[in-house]
Amino acid sequence: MNNHALITTDNLIKKFPVGKGWFTALNKINLTINEGEFCGLVGPSGSGKTTLLNIIGSLDIPTEGDAHVLGQSISGLTIKKAAALRNHHLGFIFQTYNLLPVYTVYENVELPLLLLKMSANERKKAVLQSLEWVGLLDKIKSRPAQLSGGECQRVSIARAMVKQPKLVLADEPTANLDAKNSHNILKTMEKLNSELKTTFLFATHDEKVIQYLQRKISLDDGRVVSDESTSSH
Amino acid sequence: MIRFIINGLLRDHHRSLFPIIIVSIGVWITVFMQAYLTGVLGDMVDTTARFSTGHVKIMSRAFAENKDQIPNDLALMGVEQIMADMQSEYPEMTWVKRISFGGLLDIPNSEGETRSQAPVMGLGIDLLSPGSTEIHTMNVAKSVVRGRMPEKPGEILISDLLAEKLDVNLGDAATLLSSTMYGSMTMHNFTVVGTIKFGIMAMDRGAIIVDVNDVQLALNMEDAAGGILGYLPNRIYDDNTAKEIVERFNLQYDDVDDEFAPVMGKLVELSSLGDYLNYAGSVTGIMVLIFVVIMSIVLWNAGLLGGLRRYGEVGIRLAIGEPKGHIYRSLIYESVFIGLVGSVIGTGLGLGCAYWLQVKGLDISAFMKSSNMMMPNIFRAAITEETYYIGFYPGLFSTVLGTMLSGVGIYKRQTAQLFKELEV
Repeated sequence: MNNHALITTDNLIKKFPVGKGWFTALNKINLTINEGEFCGLVGPSGSGKTTLLNIIGSLDIPTEGDAHVLGQSISGLTIKKAAALRNHHLGFIFQTYNLLPVYTVYENVELPLLLLKMSANERKKAVLQSLEWVGLLDKIKSRPAQLSGGECQRVSIARAMVKQPKLVLADEPTANLDAKNSHNILKTMEKLNSELKTTFLFATHDEKVIQYLQRKISLDDGRVVSDESTSSH
Repeated sequence: MIRFIINGLLRDHHRSLFPIIIVSIGVWITVFMQAYLTGVLGDMVDTTARFSTGHVKIMSRAFAENKDQIPNDLALMGVEQIMADMQSEYPEMTWVKRISFGGLLDIPNSEGETRSQAPVMGLGIDLLSPGSTEIHTMNVAKSVVRGRMPEKPGEILISDLLAEKLDVNLGDAATLLSSTMYGSMTMHNFTVVGTIKFGIMAMDRGAIIVDVNDVQLALNMEDAAGGILGYLPNRIYDDNTAKEIVERFNLQYDDVDDEFAPVMGKLVELSSLGDYLNYAGSVTGIMVLIFVVIMSIVLWNAGLLGGLRRYGEVGIRLAIGEPKGHIYRSLIYESVFIGLVGSVIGTGLGLGCAYWLQVKGLDISAFMKSSNMMMPNIFRAAITEETYYIGFYPGLFSTVLGTMLSGVGIYKRQTAQLFKELEV
């Protein structure tokens, strides 16, 4: 594991207005996640996992404190710079895949590259490479409706990986999959982590995911209650 | 990105088909209505120019002031000299003298007693001079239903309906009872050599066509005429040219003290067609505006529905780092594509219908039986240069406006909610 810090949070607090008061979703979170880690934010619903993922993914900003992702202060990012950070360096994997139904597998994976001003040849090479990683080269012309749930999630992994981001954020990526598909997906991500040194950060309460994590950061009530490294699966 | 947008549009019929249908219908109606209005008004202008006013018309000042009464006692004098002057000054134009008159047409029996009688509206035009352009201008030869064209003085054509009403046969004698230029009663004998149908109810109900020299003789109008009509080259009316000629003429001949001094007027002033033409222009403009507003509202709503359907797509595009402005612009590009396709289809359909109406026409003679308007009994559309592009205004503008309104929601979207929204 590389000890270069990819993500750091410094007394990070996130509050949401509720009625006349405030609800504290994250309370003084101090974390460091290094490059190449395969780790997860674990905890029950409402513990603050997704809120923290949002901030690390530059989709939201802290109320107090700060988070640094790839050396950039999330609090100080403009909307444009936040979009650029996501565009260039972050990959997202969602519980419900969020593939665009009218586009083929190839086009879905190609989408993030269209914003990077790459040539058509470079894009093609990257898309095919990414689909090869997830074992879907034979499905490039298929539409999402023609794929199984597991295949759809593999496409969304390929889409997240196609620009070879430093960090992939995955929110409950196996929630809609059965055990067999979940294991396949996790093995794929584990392989990408090990081969490409891509950092994976999960938000999950799924035991199937937890058993694959190399580091488990448990959250409860907006606080880090434990942070333990585990042996690889 | 363009390929991405076009692929999406082609494959997602909900995104493209409904807006294209809406745009096509709106454009179709706009194009057709423009061609229809242009055709009908163009025909009215043409008919008025051919039968009544020319493109410019010279009258005496007093005649012009009372022109609705066709007061031949105030007719223009010295016609031949004025015509010669005009022909020399504007040789590219066609100048003709005309006399309109009213009277009673009496059809005698074999003993010379009145067999039948009817009021008539007469038109004296140059039928007998070699090279006369009037036969072509008035489309006289092609309008003859029975008999033949007059070939010598004293021969006349009468409307087919009138001939039927008066029970006139070809070769029968007909006596015109009218008043001379000096106010005395006159009777002049003619021979009916043909019947005519112009396709204009106001003329077909009771008109007689007589050679203008015969009319001058019958009404004591030597070297006089109701007016001298001028036609611009190629018979195409151009208001600016007409205005220029009128201003020049009136400046040259202006004499406020002489009520018989010649004055010139142009078609749109003489026939009140200016108001019609302005009205038509306004109607076309209003129609385009109405379609822009209606289609924008419909497409705005379609865009909102599409926005709901594509909520996930926009969300994922925001999540992967596509700037909001970029997504908004891509939706505008989509709308431009839809607007163009809809406009092309709508224009094609509109042109097809307009062409059909231009060729076939719509016969409204049943509704024109009591009409006094100088307008043809068959409405025809006219496809002009404007017809080819006018539909693109509502077609493009409404789709872009509708998308701009519905796409504003992208800017209101909170990226902080994306994970929650995309998990649904």
